Amino acid sequence: MLADGFVKTLRALALAALFAASLPVTAQQPAADPGLAPAVAADPQLEADVQELSHKLRCLVCQNQSIAESNAPLAVDLRNQVREQLASGRSKGDVVDYLVARYGDFVLYEPPVKGTTLLLWGGPALLLMGGAGWLAYRLQRRSRELAATAGLSTAERQRARELLAGNASSSPESPESRS
Amino acid sequence: MKAKFLVPLILFFALAGFLAFGLTLNPREVPSPLIDKPAPAFRLARLDDPASTFALEEMRGQVWLLNVWASWCVACRQEHPLLVRMAGQKLVPVVGLNYKEVRGDGAINARGMALEAETAMAVERARRWLADHGNPYVLSVLDIDGRVGIDFGVYGVPETFLIDAEGRIRYKHIGPITPDSLQQVILPKIEELRRAG
Repeated sequence: MLADGFVKTLRALALAALFAASLPVTAQQPAADPGLAPAVAADPQLEADVQELSHKLRCLVCQNQSIAESNAPLAVDLRNQVREQLASGRSKGDVVDYLVARYGDFVLYEPPVKGTTLLLWGGPALLLMGGAGWLAYRLQRRSRELAATAGLSTAERQRARELLAGNASSSPESPESRS
Repeated sequence: MKAKFLVPLILFFALAGFLAFGLTLNPREVPSPLIDKPAPAFRLARLDDPASTFALEEMRGQVWLLNVWASWCVACRQEHPLLVRMAGQKLVPVVGLNYKEVRGDGAINARGMALEAETAMAVERARRWLADHGNPYVLSVLDIDGRVGIDFGVYGVPETFLIDAEGRIRYKHIGPITPDSLQQVILPKIEELRRAG
């Protein structure tokens, strides 16, 4: 049993080591394949901006990936557009506007706050407030109900005392008579 | 107060209703922000004569369709016979935007290919495809790098844009045109635009 557990731990450790070792390799993989080699701007700051922006833009072809993650031809084109426009000195806002003008707000992973998205942005807060209000209402009502029924009558008190004392068996009030 | 137990049931049906409606929507159809906006201007080489160009303004005064196609596009083959039939009936002029003919084809590695060579290859491939399948276009233009496609918000082929006499995009059809979408949506819209114009 103990040996079994030991083997399991060892196996887990080996797997973890293997995984850790493979990480840098997979990170470099695209660069190793000339067909997939991502274009990179010479200026590291510019490239960082391109990457940052690319992660915020949705790929229209594989809709659950950003254009930074996707290898769809359109994503590559759009990444190149982003890089080219940033390199030519346009601001990030300009580039975002450029893409939104062509593909709509759908390209933005973070939808803008405006009339049509108010429910989207305010919805969680509304739900939270509604839920909190409902909870407060329920709690208040329950405490009111409890307050109304809290007091025991003198007869009930007497019976409770008898029950606790253990000599209530002779009581004429059988449990069945209560309903 | 007696019907209180119905509340979860009603909530359930309301939710089910929303979800059922959601099933009828197509998440692949992204509404274009270009509807009712002026079509992006372009000037591109013509497929029939790559030395000369065609510009958007040349269609001014006409209601027309811009159909995005490529020889590597499988879904284009589905709608193509319909386009050919439409051309035979002279319903509406259709201009073809040949989109990334060479570099869009996954089977070809166009990286590092000179633009001249790529254009020549695109012309050869596109012409052969039209010869095989019929040419429904008044003319086609070559969007070698897909830049005009991006300007039009193209994210898949085929797509078709309905452009009015003033050069505004009035409708975008995503995916292959079907007889139903042609009869029920596109042709009525063309009629409407022609009457208005």
